[in-house]
Amino acid sequence: MNQPLSVSTLGAQAVDVDIRSVDLSYGTNHVLKGIDLHIRPGEFFAFLGPSGCGKTTLLRLIAGFNRADGGEVLVGGREVSHLPPWKRDVGMVFQSYALWPHMSVKRNVAFGLEERKVPRAEIERRVAAALELVGLAHLADRRPSQLSGGQQQRVAVARTIAIEPKVLLLDEPLSNLDAKMRVQVRRELRDLQQRLGLTTIFVTHDQEEANTICDRIAVMNDGAVQQVGSPMELYEKPANLFVASFLGTANIVPGRVIEEGGARLFEIDAGVRLPIPAHVTVLEGAKLVFRPQHASLGADGARDVSLPGTVLHSEFLGSTVRYGVKVGSAEVSIDVPFQSGEAIHKPGAAVEVGLSLNSAVWLAS
Amino acid sequence: MADATTAGRAHAPSGPFRHFMTSATPGQLALALAITVFLALFLIIPVGTVIYVAFTEKGTGTFTLVNFVDFARTDLFIRSFWNSVYVSAMSVVLASIFALPLAYITTRFDFRGAMLIQTLGFLPLIMPPFVGAVAMLLLFGRNGTVNLLLNDWFGFRIPFMEGLNGVIFVQAVHYFPFILINLSAALRNIDRAMEEAAQNLGCSGFRLFRRIVFPLAMPGYIAGASLVFVKVFDDLATPLLLNVKDMLAPQAYLRVTSIGIADPMGYVISVVLIVMSILAMWVSARAMRGKDYATVQRGGGGLARRQMRPWESVAAYAAVFLILLLVLAPHIGLLLLSFATIWSFSPLPDGFTLAHYGRVFGESFVYVKNTLIYASLAGLIDVVLGTAIAYLVLRTKLIGRQWLDWAATAALAIPGVVLGIGYLRTFYGVQLPDGTPLATLWIVIVLALAIRRLPYALRACYAALQQISVSLEEAAENLGATKVRTVRRIVLPLMAGGILAGFVTSFATAAVELSATLMLVQSNADAPLAYGLYVFMQSAAGRGPGAALGVIAVLLVALCTFASHLIIEKSQKAKGAGH
Repeated sequence: MNQPLSVSTLGAQAVDVDIRSVDLSYGTNHVLKGIDLHIRPGEFFAFLGPSGCGKTTLLRLIAGFNRADGGEVLVGGREVSHLPPWKRDVGMVFQSYALWPHMSVKRNVAFGLEERKVPRAEIERRVAAALELVGLAHLADRRPSQLSGGQQQRVAVARTIAIEPKVLLLDEPLSNLDAKMRVQVRRELRDLQQRLGLTTIFVTHDQEEANTICDRIAVMNDGAVQQVGSPMELYEKPANLFVASFLGTANIVPGRVIEEGGARLFEIDAGVRLPIPAHVTVLEGAKLVFRPQHASLGADGARDVSLPGTVLHSEFLGSTVRYGVKVGSAEVSIDVPFQSGEAIHKPGAAVEVGLSLNSAVWLAS
Repeated sequence: MADATTAGRAHAPSGPFRHFMTSATPGQLALALAITVFLALFLIIPVGTVIYVAFTEKGTGTFTLVNFVDFARTDLFIRSFWNSVYVSAMSVVLASIFALPLAYITTRFDFRGAMLIQTLGFLPLIMPPFVGAVAMLLLFGRNGTVNLLLNDWFGFRIPFMEGLNGVIFVQAVHYFPFILINLSAALRNIDRAMEEAAQNLGCSGFRLFRRIVFPLAMPGYIAGASLVFVKVFDDLATPLLLNVKDMLAPQAYLRVTSIGIADPMGYVISVVLIVMSILAMWVSARAMRGKDYATVQRGGGGLARRQMRPWESVAAYAAVFLILLLVLAPHIGLLLLSFATIWSFSPLPDGFTLAHYGRVFGESFVYVKNTLIYASLAGLIDVVLGTAIAYLVLRTKLIGRQWLDWAATAALAIPGVVLGIGYLRTFYGVQLPDGTPLATLWIVIVLALAIRRLPYALRACYAALQQISVSLEEAAENLGATKVRTVRRIVLPLMAGGILAGFVTSFATAAVELSATLMLVQSNADAPLAYGLYVFMQSAAGRGPGAALGVIAVLLVALCTFASHLIIEKSQKAKGAGH
């Protein structure tokens, strides 16, 4: 224990978090519905979802501030559900930072160590190390109110990692920062987590935040986990319509499956149809889902199928032009890379919509 | 933007846009001048006179400290001083014992009736403490209900009301709401994440309370405690009615009324009272400075309320019930007394009658009428002054405008008895054409009440104006409204709720004020309710009608407060959820 907070000691201790069929209701309000998740040792994991989806409730449940009606939570293989918050050793950084205004930065950071009856000299050293780690050693004697939002956030992180928690919980840690700071701080968080190798759970409603710093994401909605996977997997292979539309823009086109000459076709409208690849299963009532950049306008040979459409409107976005195009009775968005000198299609123009089937999926719900 | 950054601070909006109006209009100047004259005449000069007399030799007017030496050499005064300090400090302690459990239980636990407790907690404030004193004597005195029962059952008595104990007990019961209000607010303003962060780092139970909750609530507690200290230190009527004369405020009163307004001792005591007030306020300001611990932030919502375990629940309800019974005892006693035929040496009255009410409505209705007139006028003066001062301070660049605010607020530090003495000394020499001294006119009572209550009304008006974005006024001016029209059509309507709140505070507290009026009332025909009560309560035979009058006073103030509360609610709703 000579070198606390170093990469080697903490990295070796990284533990997993196992959430097994956790249920929670407030009265008739079913907030968490049978959540099953496994967070690997040393992983940077995100709970992502709209407000009210239960992500913060789940995080607070791991910290011990909520009690589940059923199921269990294991940290490093040890069941913690019955433990009060102060016996769990999971460090939490609060959305509001919750720095105590009546204590200096140093005293704030020392607090958890004092509660653990760590010897004084050891406290001094570990506080200094934690503040050093977040680059705030020079502000140790300030009061929290004298710090900027970004600095307060770093103090909150230092205060939490000083106790060398088994797991680090971050509750929307970037939401009280301005847009510019957010980008910087999220890099710092990622960097810190990598150096410590600390199992970290991050709660956010912002998919960009989750995508940029997390190894894996659990997308949540309505008290249930919708899909777990790496940012790329979730984007490319969404498991359902919610995940598809929550992560980035998606075109969702209704239609029906028909058979013609032994081949399966997806008919959007009378006469507007495309072939379904052989290996794809399409359930009853499934909808065609594709990203705006996976379609093209005009004669682009690279696309697998082409459908007739009419331009409704266009938005110039800089590197791309986003068209609203009517295909059959559906309206889809299509991003076309902008090249200077190229004319933009006028509303009302008849166009060919090209689609690559590789990147299209059919989702029933 | 200028508005957003300055909200909550005590200086005018600054920024590039405000530089256009550095010069004040003639109307604003005239207004400022009028307020200055009013404050000078009715606050600064009378108080200045008191201080001047205390430091000058009688007759010659040369500076001297001999009056203070006399004060320090007189055993009675020194004893009175320490008695006052002791009684005030013990009242704070006892009031804290009442307030702490109530504040803690209602803010930290899921407690049925938390609202009710917070509301009932205010009740003692709307009755003058000395009125309760009589009822407390009957309930807790040597031969009061409690001691009679104790003696019958267990053979001993508890000296609740003996000597200084009585003053402490009555004052603590009366003033504990100040601590309750401040402490509850402080506890509620602590973000639950503050507590959760500590738990997350391994802290719980009593350590959590000691290291996090208590320090964060401390400034609020100190604010309430120092207010109680000052109020008790300055109170005149309660010790007098309980026949405790060796305290400072009663001594000042007795010197002036028995020896005369020329005797310097009354003035010396007044200066001591002022100094103690300022000291207590300084302590409070120091405690609050740089410690704005209102920490509720985004996503927060006060300390987490916990479910209580069954035995905790029972203990909590028992504690709350006992405390409420105790602090409401004066009201209960007063009600019983007002219906009692004879109540002496028995736990409960011998019989019940409506005769006292009959007598009060017959003979003493003049007191009620006077009170309504005085308190309304005082409240009116206060909100007019309060609104004007708030406007000048927040919306103009008038040089020295802050001084108006400070001068008006300084009235907080002036005990009623001091203001009364100052008025007597200053205005007794001023005579009307027909030869009657100015000090004997009833309007002087109104002015004293108005000055005493001005700080409270001013803060209400100030807060109301602060909440109005300057851009609302700029929009009106942009559309062609002059400054005066803007104030009338935009500012005043938006401030209405705050102004009304200020009026009610002034009215309700002025209606039960006695310290200053006791010095200034010259005839029964001019006396307000509180004075009438005081006269009634001094004789055993007057207690019944006095109690009836007391009940009427409580109902009057409660009704007015409730009515205005409804009006404020309604106007807030009409304005929408924006404010």
